[in-house]
Amino acid sequence: MLTLTCPCCNIACDETELHPGGQAHVSRAGPDSGDDAFEQYLFLRKNPRGVHFERWRHAMGCGKWFHAARCTVTLEVFGTYSAQTLEPPQDILDAIAARRPDWQGFA
Amino acid sequence: MSTRLATGGRLIDRGAPRRFTFNGKALRGFQGDTLASALLAGDQMLVGRSFKYHRPRGIVASGAEEPNALVNLGLSDRFEPNQRVTTTELFEGLTATSQNHWPSLDFDIGAINTHLSRFLPAGFYYKMFIHPRSFWKHVYEPVIRKSAGLGQAPSERDADRYEHLHARFDLVVVGGGIAGLQAARIAAEGGQSILLMEQTAHWGGRAPVDGDEIDGQPAQAWIDATIAALEAMPNVTLRLRCMGAGVYDHGYLLAYERLADHQPQADMPRHRLWRIRAGRIVTATGAIERPLSFAGNDIPGVMLASAVRDFIVNYAVSPGDRVVVVTNNDDAYRTALAVKRAGLDVPCIIDARPAGGGALMEQARQQGIRVETGKGIAAVQGGKRVTGITLCQQAGEGAVIDSIDCDVVAMSGGWSPVVHLWSHCGGKLTWDDPRACFIPDPNRPPTGADGSAFVASAGAASGALTAAEALADAARAIDPTKSASAAQAAPSDEAPLMPVWIMPHGAGAKLRAKMWLDFQNDVKVSDVQLAAQEGYESVEHAKRYTTLGMATDQGKLSNINGLAVLSGALAAPIPQVGTTTFRPPYTPISMGAIAGEARGEIFQPLRRSPMHQWHAENHAHWEPVGHWRRPYCYRRPGESIEGAVSREVNATRDSLGLLDASTLGKILVKGPDAGRFVDMMYTNMMSNLAPGKCRYGLMCSENGFLMDDGVVARIDDDTWLCHTTTGGAEHVHAHMEEFLQTEWWDWKVYTANLTEQYAQIAVVGPKARAVLERLGGMDLSKDSLPFMHWTEGTLAGLPVRVFRISFSGELSFEIAVPAGHGRALWDRLLEAGAEFNVTPYGTEALHIMRAEKGFIMIGDETDGTVIPQDLNLNWAISKKKDDFIGKRAHQRSHMQDPTRWKLVGLETLDGSVLPDGAYATASGTNANGQKHTQGRVTSTYHSPTLGHGIAMGLVLNGPDRMGEVLDFPRTDGTIVQARITDPVFFDKDGAKQNV
Repeated sequence: MLTLTCPCCNIACDETELHPGGQAHVSRAGPDSGDDAFEQYLFLRKNPRGVHFERWRHAMGCGKWFHAARCTVTLEVFGTYSAQTLEPPQDILDAIAARRPDWQGFA
Repeated sequence: MSTRLATGGRLIDRGAPRRFTFNGKALRGFQGDTLASALLAGDQMLVGRSFKYHRPRGIVASGAEEPNALVNLGLSDRFEPNQRVTTTELFEGLTATSQNHWPSLDFDIGAINTHLSRFLPAGFYYKMFIHPRSFWKHVYEPVIRKSAGLGQAPSERDADRYEHLHARFDLVVVGGGIAGLQAARIAAEGGQSILLMEQTAHWGGRAPVDGDEIDGQPAQAWIDATIAALEAMPNVTLRLRCMGAGVYDHGYLLAYERLADHQPQADMPRHRLWRIRAGRIVTATGAIERPLSFAGNDIPGVMLASAVRDFIVNYAVSPGDRVVVVTNNDDAYRTALAVKRAGLDVPCIIDARPAGGGALMEQARQQGIRVETGKGIAAVQGGKRVTGITLCQQAGEGAVIDSIDCDVVAMSGGWSPVVHLWSHCGGKLTWDDPRACFIPDPNRPPTGADGSAFVASAGAASGALTAAEALADAARAIDPTKSASAAQAAPSDEAPLMPVWIMPHGAGAKLRAKMWLDFQNDVKVSDVQLAAQEGYESVEHAKRYTTLGMATDQGKLSNINGLAVLSGALAAPIPQVGTTTFRPPYTPISMGAIAGEARGEIFQPLRRSPMHQWHAENHAHWEPVGHWRRPYCYRRPGESIEGAVSREVNATRDSLGLLDASTLGKILVKGPDAGRFVDMMYTNMMSNLAPGKCRYGLMCSENGFLMDDGVVARIDDDTWLCHTTTGGAEHVHAHMEEFLQTEWWDWKVYTANLTEQYAQIAVVGPKARAVLERLGGMDLSKDSLPFMHWTEGTLAGLPVRVFRISFSGELSFEIAVPAGHGRALWDRLLEAGAEFNVTPYGTEALHIMRAEKGFIMIGDETDGTVIPQDLNLNWAISKKKDDFIGKRAHQRSHMQDPTRWKLVGLETLDGSVLPDGAYATASGTNANGQKHTQGRVTSTYHSPTLGHGIAMGLVLNGPDRMGEVLDFPRTDGTIVQARITDPVFFDKDGAKQNV
């Protein structure tokens, strides 16, 4: 059972307090999008062995969505950050680079 | 025979006798006994029967690894099956019965299987019972189930209570042997918060039994002093009878404390489940001795050497007068010496190593014990009890050299560190060749949130088997710099172990078929070899094919032996064969402990509407709707459910009905961008709804499927009140919040789920307006409050919002009041409505009346694959809006497919009620020989208003096929025919609601 710190209320939450929301930083494809872009938005998700960015909601707490950067193999958490961003903030990317020098980066 | 010795027994109190029964036989033991030691003291070696062959089974071990001695414990509401006698502490009045035998333990008809064992090899059930297919369910399984299985499931409600405890510690040390004590003692000086737990009732583990000396004093003295020191430290919590059950992500640890198993009359919870977040975990979980695989090693009287020693030293119980020791290592010599010290006979120590052992062997020889090196046991003699053994060369094929009379065989095949907790959360193992065991690989530990190791092993759990090694290893696990100053034991001079997986090495098929690996499940060396021969090369496959390690001990005793036999059969090294996966819990924990306090009324909190009490007092027949309970109908004394429903529908259509609609979701959406937001949430346009008006809206998920529906009311310029279905309130609110927070976070919108803040009552029927006028306070005439409008005011002196909306086709007002006034308004309406035969109605009448009007119901007409267009709801899908949730998905080719089944009404030709969910068949069959289908029933009722069955369904090209008749097969094979109709069965023009 993971522990993630909610960046909104600063509580280290047990996983049972949280609701998972899958991959973070997925761009919404609207009515003008082509079939491929819409499929990408609706169905296609990364499933990396290693560094991953995820959406979580502090459902049994403040109710806010946030993002977590973590390693799916070692369970290391590189940091959590506001969901109200289009890409991971620099301090998170730096934290990952420090721990995973070979990481290919956020793409 | 086994008996109680006249003196000794470090754990028993001879001044406190305890009476108990086994299979109805009255026996006596002492305070401090386990049920195992007390049974042995009463010469009860035979305690059960094995699973497959019903072979007689005796006590093998003295701890949690015991595979055989499982009993039913307790009676009636305290009955519990599959309890290990070795971990059950004796108490006054204990009752135990043996399992898996018929008609009796001593004479078991199932034991005939042992003579058929040649015909019951590994995989027998898979091979034998696969054909014909249909026989499995109806013939084979019921018969096999009756003769298999261990204890019976309890039939009564558990009389005990259980609890969960949440805790945080900087360090948790699992295991209270000398390694655990050493680790806790060193760590405690640093001031961190520490929990030290031990699964048995005593601190110190095996050290006092083994006669170790620590810091120059007997182990027990050091243990007592260390515990006293730890008890005095405020940062240390000590728990006996508390087992580390499982290690999970990020330092989460489950521990299982047995508070009252040994004192069932105590007024306290029986078990406590500790839910711990640990900064660090040290597993000082010890090691488990391995059996040796020789022919007849399952006969009662063959025991682990360490267990024989435990029973003598701890409980002054002699398992037998003549104990043959058979070993491949030095430790078992301690057992021979302990037997000798107790005044019993050791006719022979059989050491498989050609050169024998070290200093302990010399001691044994000095005691006059015959030591045979390079030898093995060819076979054990005896049936329900060992009577002797035959001796052979370990290197040979089992030719008998000598035979020796004995009643106990104490065996030791070496020790396996308990690596379970290390492995639960990803810790990896490495094979230790000299000691022939898997040990935790410190370079591949379980890692926590910071990426570093959060579990370390200490002592025998690391493979450090002697006291000296264990103490040094435990110090290293906490702080390598402190190992010099920490407690120490003198190194012992032990000769190396020699791996022995089969005894004798060249044993033929006949002997191998009598060498047991898994005692409970009857898996033998020959079975594992057969599995390998048949291609089950993966250890996980071999396990499932043979059931090795799938018994209640989960392979604690024999898995390594089985792996070694498999590796021998595959000619692959043991580390390459690997281990099966270690899964929590370490030993079985009670279902009660897992449930904790969550049982009975508080298993799941019930949501109650403000009128709940009235419903309960007025014959409500309840229906669970989410966490709510809603009245399905109000069943008057003597009335049938169908009768009550019909009465409620008729009374409402004729005069006046009341529905408690408080459970409907009510979500307030407010802010400068609220209009823009509700336009995205709903398929239809909501931003242009005028204040004071209501509009029915549909909500889709992003993949286009209809998710929820309800009436939206515009409260003021920047406020919309969105009604949802009862079951949908929470997830619709979450859906709104998700998009607000993660997609349009710059929009100025606030949402609040007000569902429980308001009671809501639907006042329905031709007399609805009349009864509200009786209450007084508002003008609710047709002109003042037209259909699909709402207004605010007071009714009967209560502050209300009145929505003129209808889900029944009747003149209808839904009245919302603050929840605290809900019951008052309900009572006023009942009083004022008396003259109109006011009739509260339940959810079934609600459903019937909406179906008569052709209104859809989320969850009936929708199932997560239905889009609004399927339900002919195109009128509620805006064509003007650029975007809404689900709009893009509606453009996908499958959503545009003209052959999607569409909503129609269905009327049976004979007036009967169509079966719910029935399919309409079409001509032809599919590849499986099943009839093609062309539609299905989504809602179906008997209509009291029309006097016949009505239904709605989704049908291929349905709206274009009015009047066609479809065939709906029932489950009994008969067919009911129904005609396609308009889904609006009643008052198509809306004459009744628009008055």
